[in-house]
Amino acid sequence: MDFIGDLLIKDGTIAAVGESIEVPQHTMAFDLKGKWLVPGLLDMHVHLREPGEEYKETIESGTAAAIAGGFKAVACMPNTQPVNDSAGITRFILEKARSSDRAKVYPIAAVTLGQRGEQLTEFGDLLSAGAIAFSDDGLPVKNAAVMRKALEYALNFDALIISHSEELDLSKGGAMNEGLVSTILGLKGIPAAAEEIAVFRDIALAEWTGGRLHIAHLSTKGSVEIVRQAKNRGVRVTAETAPHYFSLTEEAVFDYNTFAKMSPPLRTEEDRLAIIQGLKDGTIDVIATDHAPHSVIEKECEFQMAANGIIGLETAVPLSLNLVRNGFISASQMIRCMSISPSRILGLPEGSLKCGNSADICIIDPKAIFTLTRESLHSLSYNSPFLGKDLQGRAVLTLIDGRPVFDPTGILSLSKIN
Amino acid sequence: MNRFTAQHILGIYSLSPDEITFILDTAESLKDILERPIKKVPPLRGKTVVHLFFEPSTRTRLSFELAAKRLSADTVSISANTSSVLKGETLIDTARNIEAMRPDVIVMRHPQTGTPHLITKYVKSAVINAGDGINEHPSQALLDVFTVRQHLGHIDKLKIAILGDIIHSRVAHSDILAFTKMGAEVVVSGPATMLPSRQSEVLGAKVVLKMEDALEYADVIIALRIQKERQGQSLIPSLREYGLFFGLSPDKVRLAKSGALIMHPGPINRGVEMAPEVADGPYSVILDQVTNGVAIRMALLSLLLTKGS
Ligand SMILES: [Zn+2]
Repeated sequence: MDFIGDLLIKDGTIAAVGESIEVPQHTMAFDLKGKWLVPGLLDMHVHLREPGEEYKETIESGTAAAIAGGFKAVACMPNTQPVNDSAGITRFILEKARSSDRAKVYPIAAVTLGQRGEQLTEFGDLLSAGAIAFSDDGLPVKNAAVMRKALEYALNFDALIISHSEELDLSKGGAMNEGLVSTILGLKGIPAAAEEIAVFRDIALAEWTGGRLHIAHLSTKGSVEIVRQAKNRGVRVTAETAPHYFSLTEEAVFDYNTFAKMSPPLRTEEDRLAIIQGLKDGTIDVIATDHAPHSVIEKECEFQMAANGIIGLETAVPLSLNLVRNGFISASQMIRCMSISPSRILGLPEGSLKCGNSADICIIDPKAIFTLTRESLHSLSYNSPFLGKDLQGRAVLTLIDGRPVFDPTGILSLSKIN
Repeated sequence: MNRFTAQHILGIYSLSPDEITFILDTAESLKDILERPIKKVPPLRGKTVVHLFFEPSTRTRLSFELAAKRLSADTVSISANTSSVLKGETLIDTARNIEAMRPDVIVMRHPQTGTPHLITKYVKSAVINAGDGINEHPSQALLDVFTVRQHLGHIDKLKIAILGDIIHSRVAHSDILAFTKMGAEVVVSGPATMLPSRQSEVLGAKVVLKMEDALEYADVIIALRIQKERQGQSLIPSLREYGLFFGLSPDKVRLAKSGALIMHPGPINRGVEMAPEVADGPYSVILDQVTNGVAIRMALLSLLLTKGS
């Protein structure tokens, strides 16, 4: 549902929504003409780096970047140091998030102890502590039998397993997509098959076990097709992609730009278009950033040695809006991918602008143009291939439970009081 | 008159409900021998029972040996680490050599499925399967059915809940077969890693993921012994988590019928498969199972060895 109208917030919840609402007395009123008022966004794939790598990002800085990007909530991956593989660490993350008091944080716990791919973590205990799903992200669960056990064991708890799909023997030593550009640049490539084999493997296991699977960061045409076919067969699988996979191609790696190095790598134009098609036809359910902060230590170095990953929380909205502007997806499809679908997949209450729902709201100015600079970023790291670029569209106000948590342009100070 | 015609006891799979009832009735009549001051009767005098164990076992082996001795049979025990297996002899050669010494019954336990069935092709003695791989453990299931009948008077229409590692447990397989053949409704539950994949039924038992669904209205609860690993692959994160989420707590027992029997094939991991207060509670019949095990094994030996007499 997509319309021009009013929305009334009272005591942190949505009290009324409609084409025209009478403003009650003593209510602050804001004119948001030309802006989009959408359910708070949820990024189901971020790396907050705490505990252990606080020089890259902390829970506090990462959640600040989230609300600046329009996200009311993030789900954070467990590849911290130590790995989030026990209830104690899950509770630590939640405690830190509570005291930071910015975006909500939903910890994703590791599938295996230490992400070593051998021994399952205590799913029941972790869920009781507040974990929302399980993934060894950063690494695949290399052993198919262990992945099978994870999908099965999750059934008792109706828990979700998120797959970082990568066939390590094939990707080993690779620094970028395998193809013409890797040949030109003289870099060892990672074939699309390294992802597709793993996507197919985990889908086959989900199909066999009946387990609930989510595939992280799809990047290739073949992967999209494998997911599409699996969904047609009724497999319980969902999938996400990241904005860089529909915004950039392997050409971004020219000049050995380490800010264009990530796992999976940027692919070809054909892959990029297939990712967009996947978003369009619903094969890909979610846009998630795979926000992966790294410091200069890991990025200003030889390309081969540079760490994988880019930040994404503060660029996801403008990059996704590009798809809307170019007519590939509708505005409501974009919001579905960034709010409604990830909430549903993680088993959270669906963020929607209905009466009685808590007022988790993002206000987007789709026209605002800004230059992405180090100074403008809230993240502690600035490893973005969009640094220095002009981007269009951004969150201008983020409300959580009706409370403004991000208001850089001072919209709230422009209120009229009835 | 012995109307028992089976040559071997390889599994519950090949026994009919009538045969099972006949075994139970025979055990019933032999059971009081165990309570006498002189616990020995002569029917198997001159018969020889070889216990061939390729897997460590304390209670099953002791139970079989006592059963044979109570009936005056001569018994010999061979365990894998003292046998010629280590010298490279094949199972078939071992069986042939034992056969050459003319035993009457070979009671065999082996880590591989189908091995007792295999040796029946090479020996004239009767063979009793005392547990083969993850396949069957018929004497355990018979003593379980016997124990339930002893306490509740009948088997048909009862709801039996079996909890734990269903897919890798020979006890589970034999129990499911025995109880369903005798007319009970069997529901199994446990971690999905220990249940058949995507099947709502196994060997006639209903498979449920929620333990509560298995326990509700159950007349009997059988908790199986848990092994964290199978062939080096872990099936559960930890015994601690198993105890927390899948173990039989007093709260969970309350979901079953009041007075539901609590059973376990032993040995128990206290605090894992069941809480100590459940194992030691008023409806626990775990020690009765052990006593009845001897009676059942006496029945099996006498039925196999007194055929036609
Ligand atoms: Zn990943």
